[in-house]
Amino acid sequence: MTGDMDCEGAIRRIYEYLDGELNTWKRAAIARHLDECPPCAQGFDFEIELRQVIAFKCRDDVPPQLRRRIAIAIGVELPPEDPPVV
Amino acid sequence: MADQAEFADLAMPYMSALYSAALRMTRNPADAEDLVQETYLRAYRGFGGFKEGTNLKAWLYKILTNTFINTYRSKKRRPEQVDLDDMEDFYLFRRLGGLEAAEAARSPEAEVLENMPDEVVKQALEDLPEQFRMAVLLADVEGFSYKEIAEIMDVPIGTVMSRLHRGRKQLQKRLWDLAEERGLVPRAAAAGG
Repeated sequence: MTGDMDCEGAIRRIYEYLDGELNTWKRAAIARHLDECPPCAQGFDFEIELRQVIAFKCRDDVPPQLRRRIAIAIGVELPPEDPPVV
Repeated sequence: MADQAEFADLAMPYMSALYSAALRMTRNPADAEDLVQETYLRAYRGFGGFKEGTNLKAWLYKILTNTFINTYRSKKRRPEQVDLDDMEDFYLFRRLGGLEAAEAARSPEAEVLENMPDEVVKQALEDLPEQFRMAVLLADVEGFSYKEIAEIMDVPIGTVMSRLHRGRKQLQKRLWDLAEERGLVPRAAAAGG
């Protein structure tokens, strides 16, 4: 049972597919289409890559003063800081 | 019923993720710090109501999101909505197609993405209208499921899906526009689209 998913159908469900939100049958139908359709497969691969880049590049370090403020607010002891250089 | 003494051990490891999310929401480091601190205080006080064995990260993000909406949303609203319903599929991929890869082993499209400065990617996300920005942030940066996002944002799953669909397309367009503005892609490449 192949060929039941065309490019339009695959692309319409691209995000549900990449988000892991499809049932096994729909998932398998799209996977089969991608096996047979290099242009769609490349487009899907790019979307995966894009998502990884977004997740990786949207990280920020917590400012130390914020960590301290929160620790004090909820009564946690943090390890002592390095003594200031005089 | 969870024990407040456990709170720090369980919740402190999420601070970096929560702070990053707060920055994308408020677009301002001072507001982001206040938002995260307020989130931890509310979570600490309400920790007795957290059901052990359920998803602590999602619970913290719900508090973060509610606090943001209640405290900051009315203050700075930037309504800018573009109708993207007829926007083409694979928008960014098609525009990046035709560029040449410096390294033969990788696709030129992937190379442009990886070379984008962090600031450009952050700005593209921050430029999205709030509802789309929150959905994309929760899904693509934090990896929450549709069901979790629906609970965090307090909207039906269908609304999550439509916000994600439109937000992701709009993000691709914004990334492309910023890449062009910054000279990260040759302007001639736009001819393909």
